[in-house]
Amino acid sequence: MHEVSNATEKEHYIEAIEEMASQKTPEWLATLREDAAKRFAERPLPHRKLEAWRFTNVNPIIRNPFQPIAESGVDQLASSDVHPLLYANDWIELVFVDGWYAPKLSRNAGPGGAAKTAGLHEAIAAEDDLVEAHLGHVLGDGGNVFSDLNTALAHDGALVHIPKNVELDRPIHLVFVSSKTATESVIHPRVLVIADANSEATIIESHVSLAGEPRYFSNPVTEIRLNDGARLTRIKVLDEGPQGYHLSTTQVRQDRDSRFDGFTFSMGGPIGRNELNIVFEGEGAECSLRGLTLTEGSRLVDNAISVEHHAAHCNSWIGYKSVLEDKSHSVFCGRVYVAPGAQLTDSNQLNQNLLLSDKATVNTKPQLEIYADDVKCTHGATVGPPPQELVFYFQTRGMSQAMARGILTYGFADEVVNETPLDPVRDRLDRRVFDKYSPK
Amino acid sequence: MLEITNIHATVEGNEILKGIDLQVKPGEVHAIMGPNGSGKSTLAQVLAGNEEYDVTEGAAHFLGEDVLDLPAEERARLGLFLAFQYPVEIPGISNAYFLQAGLNEIRKSNGLGELDAMEFQELLREKMELVAIDPRFADRPVNDGFSGGEKKRNEILQMAVLEPKLAILDETDSGLDIDALRIVSDGVNKLRSPERSFILVTHYQRLLNYIVPDYVHVLFDGRLVKSGGKELAYELEEKGYDWIKEELITAS
Ligand SMILES: Nc1ncnc2c1ncn2[C@@H]1O[C@H](COP(=O)(O)OP(=O)(O)OP(=O)(O)O)[C@@H](O)[C@H]1O
Ligand SMILES: [Mg+2]
Repeated sequence: MHEVSNATEKEHYIEAIEEMASQKTPEWLATLREDAAKRFAERPLPHRKLEAWRFTNVNPIIRNPFQPIAESGVDQLASSDVHPLLYANDWIELVFVDGWYAPKLSRNAGPGGAAKTAGLHEAIAAEDDLVEAHLGHVLGDGGNVFSDLNTALAHDGALVHIPKNVELDRPIHLVFVSSKTATESVIHPRVLVIADANSEATIIESHVSLAGEPRYFSNPVTEIRLNDGARLTRIKVLDEGPQGYHLSTTQVRQDRDSRFDGFTFSMGGPIGRNELNIVFEGEGAECSLRGLTLTEGSRLVDNAISVEHHAAHCNSWIGYKSVLEDKSHSVFCGRVYVAPGAQLTDSNQLNQNLLLSDKATVNTKPQLEIYADDVKCTHGATVGPPPQELVFYFQTRGMSQAMARGILTYGFADEVVNETPLDPVRDRLDRRVFDKYSPK
Repeated sequence: MLEITNIHATVEGNEILKGIDLQVKPGEVHAIMGPNGSGKSTLAQVLAGNEEYDVTEGAAHFLGEDVLDLPAEERARLGLFLAFQYPVEIPGISNAYFLQAGLNEIRKSNGLGELDAMEFQELLREKMELVAIDPRFADRPVNDGFSGGEKKRNEILQMAVLEPKLAILDETDSGLDIDALRIVSDGVNKLRSPERSFILVTHYQRLLNYIVPDYVHVLFDGRLVKSGGKELAYELEEKGYDWIKEELITAS
């Protein structure tokens, strides 16, 4: 049997967990953390023989003893440092520095508006019932060894509550910033989103680094509960610094007739993993999951998606694209599970990869587990350079091969950007893609 | 303008062009006809610079330059244009963006200033009117979801914008309805000038009623086996290609 305890690699985390347990905590939370700590101790750290991590080598993260962070570097930051990351005066924008909520850098947050937003730490301190009722329960025993670690160690993050029938008139932006203070540290941001029946909202979650190139490990978990008829768009932007490792888990549970539109943009950080688990619990729910991964150098991005159809009449659509340069690496897994009785499931997935270098690597696989008979499940994948016949067409119109590839790549990537709602978000992404690929 | 001598070309090891000679002078219109698979598109692609084809023998001079060693984009910048028999679709890139980028590359290499977005819009609008294309096509992705006929008209629009010195139209008339055929022909005729030459690859004599050629050539099994004036097109339309085959057999 394979050695699964990883005693040495886990040692500093176990110490942090013990330290955490010595602090004063509400009982429910202490129990939640204890259970997670137990699972963390039992589950093996990723290695190549674990199917879910076969192509994703996280040894640089495991072997580096990232330390818990004592306090945030918020006092070293001015609002002008953070301002370029924000979008609009009237949006609800919560800023988190090194995992801690920073109210003075945030705007329009709080319980005042149609929706409630708060720092998770303060919500727990204020004995918010929602947190006790949902924190850790959306995730359940799903997730992975790192989401267990997050549950065991998370100290702050965001709470978002969209009450029944509220169609939120402004987006919510959660910005997770790593500062110099996070150097050699691990942070465990935690987000809890509760969308009550028939509510509608859009949430952007940005993960960025400020100042220099601190080495850090961000290990966020986002839990999203969509009640009957709720509609949520969530745009995640993974843009960590050049030495900012990122392993995230997002778990979405959807009740009857709810809809989730997910966008995942992966653009920065040496190793980034987005585990995204959708669980359909009520009939008629649907999700559309779009992704764009842009890698260069020796960066690695892994999108591990799972959609579980536990109820009938649910639709899922997965469309992910990657553009790879140099020796970079993109991993995609689209798991679709259709439970017995989840009839009339309609599930489609497409993973398209554009290779701009023959040294780049793509691992892509669908994973269909179907236990109902009246279902429609399709999947497809493409991997290759910009097609030569297209490049030639550009050349006959006076453009060089390099220019042709640049424009074709921009067009390929921008398709996902163009589907993104909210002009300010789309414009910023479009500029990014344009600057990266369009011919100079 | 264009001087081709003894061109042989192979694709995937098969010899398709087996020694082609052709001279096109400024202002001339040449029609090339010939049965399916005889090598008409191969000739067009070879001249445009498609590297899928290997030229194993012969030479091609365009405006005095030996072009066979030039990459396709440099041929285009010299003023060579190919309207494709099967234009490709380019999702995600608008017609206007594509054409502006191409035109500016060509202008730059000819020592002309680049057109900015406003100037280009104006030019494009004018040219769209010339070839009677709906202005909304400017913002649609290049050929993406266009009908067969729309793609052909879009090729003519590109030609009108890029203003080449030699345009090779590979079956641009195929798949066009009567009205579109007239529009496309009018477009070509408006661009005809003593400095500009055309090579029209076609299967149909009817195109040559609209665009009257100076010469008609028959391409057969990789060779230009017969040349004549526009009356040759009528003869082919009437009698097909069998008589040429017979002539060839008798001759050999
Ligand atoms: N890329 C290729 N790979 C293999 N064979 C090719 C390729 N391109 C052309 N050929 C072959 O070369 C021959 C000539 O083709 P070409 O397209 O030049 O004919 P054509 O005269 O244009 O015919 P049509 O009138 O049908 O357009 C055909 O036998 C064709 O199958
Ligand atoms: Mg042809």
